[in-house]
Amino acid sequence: MNTREHDVVIIGGGNAALCAALTARAAGARVIVLECAPRHFRGGNSRHTRNLRVAHSAPLDLLPGDYPEDEFLADLLRVSGTTNEALAQLVIGRSSGLPEWMRGHGVRFQTSQRGTLHLERTNAFFLGGGKALLNTYYAAAERMGVDVLYDAEVENLEVDGGRFGGAVVRSGGRAQGIRGRAVVLAAGGFESNIAWLREAWGPAADNFIIRGTPFNTGRVLRVMLDAGAQPVGDPKACHAVAVDARAPRFDGGIVTRLDAVPLGIVVNALGQRFYDEGEDFWPKRYAIWGSLVARQPGQIAYSIVDDKVKGRFMPSVFPPIEAGSMPELARSIDVPAEALGATIGAFNRAVRPGTFDHATLDDCRTEGLAPPKTHWAQRIDVPPFRAYPLRPGITFTYLGLTVDERARVIMTNGMPAENVYAAGEIMAGNILRRGYVAGVGMTIGTVFGRIAGEGAARHASR
Amino acid sequence: MPPADLLHRGEHTLTVCNSCRYCEQYCAVFPAMERRLTFSDADLVYLGNLCHNCGECLYACQYAPPHEFGIDVPRTMAELRLHSYEEDCWPRPLARAFRRQGALTSLVLAAGFSAILFAATVQLNPSALSPGRTDAEFYAVVPHGVMVAVFGAVGGFVALALGVSVWRYWRRISPRGTPGPTPRALARAVRDALTLRHLHASGPDCVSAEEARAPWRRWWHHATLGGFLLCFASTSVAAVYHAAFGWEAPHPYTSLPVLLGTAGGVGLVLGPAGQWWLRRRRDPALADPAQQGLDASLLVLLWLTSATGLLLLALRARTVMGPLLLVHLGVVLALFVTLPYGKFVHGFYRLAALVKDAAERDADGSV
Ligand SMILES: Cc1cc2nc3c(=O)[nH]c(=O)nc-3n(C[C@H](O)[C@H](O)[C@H](O)COP(=O)(O)OP(=O)(O)OC[C@H]3O[C@@H](n4cnc5c(N)ncnc54)[C@H](O)[C@@H]3O)c2cc1C
Ligand code: SF4
Ligand code: SF4
Repeated sequence: MNTREHDVVIIGGGNAALCAALTARAAGARVIVLECAPRHFRGGNSRHTRNLRVAHSAPLDLLPGDYPEDEFLADLLRVSGTTNEALAQLVIGRSSGLPEWMRGHGVRFQTSQRGTLHLERTNAFFLGGGKALLNTYYAAAERMGVDVLYDAEVENLEVDGGRFGGAVVRSGGRAQGIRGRAVVLAAGGFESNIAWLREAWGPAADNFIIRGTPFNTGRVLRVMLDAGAQPVGDPKACHAVAVDARAPRFDGGIVTRLDAVPLGIVVNALGQRFYDEGEDFWPKRYAIWGSLVARQPGQIAYSIVDDKVKGRFMPSVFPPIEAGSMPELARSIDVPAEALGATIGAFNRAVRPGTFDHATLDDCRTEGLAPPKTHWAQRIDVPPFRAYPLRPGITFTYLGLTVDERARVIMTNGMPAENVYAAGEIMAGNILRRGYVAGVGMTIGTVFGRIAGEGAARHASR
Repeated sequence: MPPADLLHRGEHTLTVCNSCRYCEQYCAVFPAMERRLTFSDADLVYLGNLCHNCGECLYACQYAPPHEFGIDVPRTMAELRLHSYEEDCWPRPLARAFRRQGALTSLVLAAGFSAILFAATVQLNPSALSPGRTDAEFYAVVPHGVMVAVFGAVGGFVALALGVSVWRYWRRISPRGTPGPTPRALARAVRDALTLRHLHASGPDCVSAEEARAPWRRWWHHATLGGFLLCFASTSVAAVYHAAFGWEAPHPYTSLPVLLGTAGGVGLVLGPAGQWWLRRRRDPALADPAQQGLDASLLVLLWLTSATGLLLLALRARTVMGPLLLVHLGVVLALFVTLPYGKFVHGFYRLAALVKDAAERDADGSV
């Protein structure tokens, strides 16, 4: 492989990278994919995904009803606030053609969504999830003759005045140079780089759990910024949800989420409540709880429920910490017993009678309590009591590279780089500035992966 | 019940899956899992037999080993299945047979039974094996009464052992208070079992390795199951001919029992051979090593039964008919005695699991 000439070098091995590789190869380019992870953990954060968002003007076989482009844009703007409207329109406009293209490479979708997260109209779900999707893409790439190098961390890029010459890859303990006529940067964000997160969050970052791959260290992003690429997106922002504190440090994915919160109260390490646990349905709120917990001492909090609500929420994959009395529970979770007792007492006294219904925004609430609990407030008084520890779980970061509608990286002088393209999380900040719209990450990565792959192949053939 | 560590792994696996649900459209296991929040031991052995080991969910799993969650649904379900066979086996002490089987043991067993039949024939009916016999008279070699007595007794025991085991399993997975099967659910489960519907379910086919889907697994399985049922039908028709009409074997080549038996025999030669070939090519990660012998034993005995049966049919008017008949009967006896303690039981346990699944779906209105 060392001696082999490549037209297009693709950095990263997730969704955006593979979409670029398949497109560039189909256009006739000789393509190499440099994936930092070993084969088994290939696929970056994409291996944890389950769907992508697709605009459609009429029912498709896998998406009922319609999802007009305007509505898609409105959904995006409601969350993101601002966006690069031209790029957003481009992604939304091209999204409708994605399922067909994906199927052409063997991708399979679920047929009906049975109401999962109420996304059945807007989002196409991958049969088997993101890892199955990536397996299909890798198999297609292999069939088409794309070279893939695993355990291949790109340490440096030769980029001079917006012109890419080659990449320095560490693989099997030694560095080697890979040359190419064009490069596609699809190496994700910097969410698994704790030192970099510390720049924004201080020492609190040491207590963050990273939901996805440990390989998205932002190395390529950093090299490009140093080489004069124009940044985009809030450099300090990251998307964080509340996850079970016992989750693995990396790669816990979606199963570490905790659904107990709205059914009880949440206290910090001092035994104090700090936010309305019943503000809205949990899927609409779990994303704000990440930063709420990140601001508590030690970045830890505990969701506390009693036996009444057992069986009303999906159990955590980790067992609850259980105790017959509140002081005993306080000891097990290392929270001051008097403080916790006082918090529970005040909460129980403030609960107003109501008709509990966890399927609606019911009328069970507190009165005269700060912060209040506005729904599903029931006394916590039936032992055994159970606690689930919470920590911030980082999904992704927003800082990225500015690109144009041909996926070319824009340099600080405002000019597009000659042969450097970017796709996926590394440029998603052009479109998504904050928050998260389910499925939009994979849509951006697929659309821009294809654009970048095509552009890089065309450039290489010149 | 299965050992505590297996139960614990099963529960951990399903709890993770239930939070994830990415695999929910591969098979019946995941929707059945989604009807639950927690998993009792009975749930685990139920779901174990609802898995048909298509393999998809292993490759799709972002938590598969070496991830620290170590989620391997096909393997876990396979181990739970074996334990359910052992646990509900009747009579219980014979459960140890499930882990002792293999291609070799089945060959030895078949040879042993054939040898006994030879010895008995030489002792009791020496003229039967004399050269020059070309009359295709099976009953001159082994008298009809002896055949009925031996195979009736063994067959009766097999039916009893299977019946009791499967009934025990059914009671275990359907404790009182859980939905019982409606006639509709029962009919659907039987139809799904006979048509091997689930081998067609998740889109095209089962996988033999990552992203390697091929229809062979279901075709070979169809050949084996169909072959078995046709042979069973052939024997039943022949029994009715004999008892009701006095028409005795050998039947003409164009008679119903011979036609059914020939078709079945061909299926049972091709199917097990194909399945054997497939087993050797399939990713070993999908199988439970403890059950290799179990699979091998059944495949070998089914293949030998049909191969010797077809040979017997072809050469029935030759001198070798006598010895061939004894070998064939020895193989069939070996097959019979291992049926309730071998891979064969999976069909019935799986049917019970399908019945339960159909009953649950009926009860909650999903289709
Ligand atoms: C738990 C979870 C669930 C999610 N669910 C969804 C969902 O359902 N739908 C959705 O649209 N979005 C979802 N997202 C967001 C989604 O993961 C991203 O938007 C998307 O995966 C980005 O794709 P990508 O190819 O740009 O990056 P990634 O898939 O993260 O790929 C980056 C790749 O670059 C490689 N890499 C990094 N650095 C280097 C280097 N120096 N050298 C070589 N290679 C390198 C990595 O190994 C990796 O292969 C989810 C995220 C998480 C964490
Ligand atoms: S096997 Fe893995 S991917 Fe599939 S549902 Fe279970 S945890 Fe999710
Ligand atoms: S191996 Fe196939 S049948 Fe078994 S649980 Fe997984 S997807 Fe279902």
